Amino acid sequence: MEFFIISMLNGISFGLLLFMLSSGLTLIFGMMGVLNFAHASFYMLGAYFAYSMGKVTGFWGALLLAPIALGAIGAVVERYGLRAVHKFGHVAELLFTFGLAHLIDEAVHLVWGRSALEYRVPPELDTTLFTLFSTSYPTYRGFMMLVAIVMLVSIFLILTRTRIGLIIQAALTHPEMVQSLGHDVPRLFMLVFAGGAALAGLAGVIGGNAFVTDPGMAASVGSIVFVVVVIGGLGSLMGAFIASLALGLMQTFSVALDYSMLNVLQHFGVVLSSASPLFGVAKLTIAQMAPSLPFVLLIVMLVIRPKGLMGTREN
Amino acid sequence: MDQNQRFRSLFVWGGGALLLMALPLVFSQNTHLSVLSRMGIAVVFALSYNMLFGQGGMLSFGHAAFSGLGAYLTIHALVLMNKGTLAFPVTLLPLVGGLAGMLFSVPFGYVATKRSGTPFAMITLGIGELVAAAVLMLPGFFGGEAGITGNRVTGVTWLGIDYGSQLQMYYLVAGWAFASTAAMYAFTRTPLGLLSNAVRDNSERAEFVAYNPKQVRFLVMVIAGFFAGVSGALATLTYEIVNAESVGLQSSGNVLLMAFIGGIGQFFGPILGAILLTLLQSVLSLFTPAWLLYIGLLFLAMMLFAPGGLSSIIVAHGPAWRAGLMLRLVPSYLAAVAAGAVLLAGTVSLVEMCYFLSDTGRPASLSLAGIVVDPRRPGPWITGGAVLLAGFVLVHFAAGMVSAQWQRLRKDLNARGPLRRDARLAQAVPPVAEVQGTTT
Repeated sequence: MEFFIISMLNGISFGLLLFMLSSGLTLIFGMMGVLNFAHASFYMLGAYFAYSMGKVTGFWGALLLAPIALGAIGAVVERYGLRAVHKFGHVAELLFTFGLAHLIDEAVHLVWGRSALEYRVPPELDTTLFTLFSTSYPTYRGFMMLVAIVMLVSIFLILTRTRIGLIIQAALTHPEMVQSLGHDVPRLFMLVFAGGAALAGLAGVIGGNAFVTDPGMAASVGSIVFVVVVIGGLGSLMGAFIASLALGLMQTFSVALDYSMLNVLQHFGVVLSSASPLFGVAKLTIAQMAPSLPFVLLIVMLVIRPKGLMGTREN
Repeated sequence: MDQNQRFRSLFVWGGGALLLMALPLVFSQNTHLSVLSRMGIAVVFALSYNMLFGQGGMLSFGHAAFSGLGAYLTIHALVLMNKGTLAFPVTLLPLVGGLAGMLFSVPFGYVATKRSGTPFAMITLGIGELVAAAVLMLPGFFGGEAGITGNRVTGVTWLGIDYGSQLQMYYLVAGWAFASTAAMYAFTRTPLGLLSNAVRDNSERAEFVAYNPKQVRFLVMVIAGFFAGVSGALATLTYEIVNAESVGLQSSGNVLLMAFIGGIGQFFGPILGAILLTLLQSVLSLFTPAWLLYIGLLFLAMMLFAPGGLSSIIVAHGPAWRAGLMLRLVPSYLAAVAAGAVLLAGTVSLVEMCYFLSDTGRPASLSLAGIVVDPRRPGPWITGGAVLLAGFVLVHFAAGMVSAQWQRLRKDLNARGPLRRDARLAQAVPPVAEVQGTTT
């Protein structure tokens, strides 16, 4: 029971972090048709910026400033990069963001070095929120959930209750119509891209110290976020939310499960000898298979239902 | 094919073969030969990638899965040969790698080629990640992080060839690279090769004339898997070790950069890209640890300003060359090169100063092209920034000069009557912009 509740909480907080990343990615995709490979790199930059800014302004200043800086970078990338390759089509845009991700990775190596940084949780949050049975639950995890939920609610309110949000929603499906009604759609694209980058940066600020801040963090979370967005349905915020929580929980629980095919076979009375050629595969536990599970899900989803859980279009 | 063309193709292929044979006479050192071998391997890999991307319109992010799995099966065969349980000529081992690449591309290709465009790209990304994860999950077969080692000198010699020396290894790579290049070029002329272009450009129309686009994509992917496996096997024989890096996403991304920078629109584009990038990797990495950054910058610059790659720039000069008007472009090109050099100097100085500051084990001073600078003071930063800015302004003007010159040139070429286009140009693959037709 203790294991279940703690894993549940960890899974939800990881899932909410994934949602902070995937929400921007899926909005950008829905609007511009660009699957942004550099999105996870913005997440990484968020953590690194927060580390460097935090030395001057402290954690709380960085929490505000790093996402703003990332938003500015995102705006520049959209205005002077993506818009220039837009005329060559979606594959060219995909390639551009791929190159950008590569560039950001290398720039991070160059500026901050190759080893992990000591980006710490601020002392005022480095306490215990509550103790359940014998496991103490850190305040910072609760803080992460709080930030994610505040963000989720504000995105929802902005998109459904404000004028700009309604125009964004309209531009998601009918960009030409919105344009002919006199709205500056390219500027709207830039705004959404900058907003998505800022959200990724925010996720980096609060995720970098909860997990680890090193040059590999973009690669480790990037593919998972892609999986989330594809499974949720490209362009669907609600789908991304559900898929984020599901994947967060799946990742957290599967890491702790030590069952393998051997156990299943034993249950049916079959004992596989260690000399059997299938032994190597059968002895893999779910925990060992955990890193590959999201990708199996991704491939299965793309083959049987390419529009995802809540998506409306195929590509 | 008229007499003229036949002579030209004989000249190109015969000249290429002679060049491959003669290269070791000039570059006889072992380090040079090893760079040449790496180029050959990269050429096969990049051409096989372009079979998917350039000719079939399938953007793949997981091509290293096939070369890597081919490499793993090759090293297992080699280990068995070392133990003496298997007798097989080392010369033909790339065939094993190729068949292995083909074998794995059957199930993966079946799944991926059901879709095209962005979903295809995502599925291949998933396959790449899956294979990379599986390699670490099954250390029994894949040797875990450390990988598997073998020895290509099996003791069985044929005409005195035992592949003990770097030179013999180079000739093995060169031979296989030449044969694979010829085979892949021949493939572009087969009905299937032409069909893959048709499916890329307009899969609906291909379907209307009774060809199944999924089937065409699948067959192309399986054949590309074969050549990827060959390149993996050649890499295995060259390095005598295979580890998780060979299936990694880094490797998949690398081949994409090669094909793209070289140009996916022409058959020879990926060859250029593979040679250039291998050269950059081996030469640039001697001078600066920031070489990957420079390659990334090169990729983005190509993406923004020459999306057809190097080969399309070369091909674009064909009409002017035949009309004998190339000389008119020279002054503006010289200006562009000078402006580009200023921009490059600014970029390089800023990047190197950044790196100098972050490097914990740094030397006492930083020397840029012989000038000693101290990045801890603001002076060099201001100078570097000013050079960079001047570079941007100069490049802007130079680009204006080049495009004005081209406009005049085009007018004159048009005045000379309809362009005499050669047959290969007419068949040439359209630039990226038109590849898009298939994705929407």
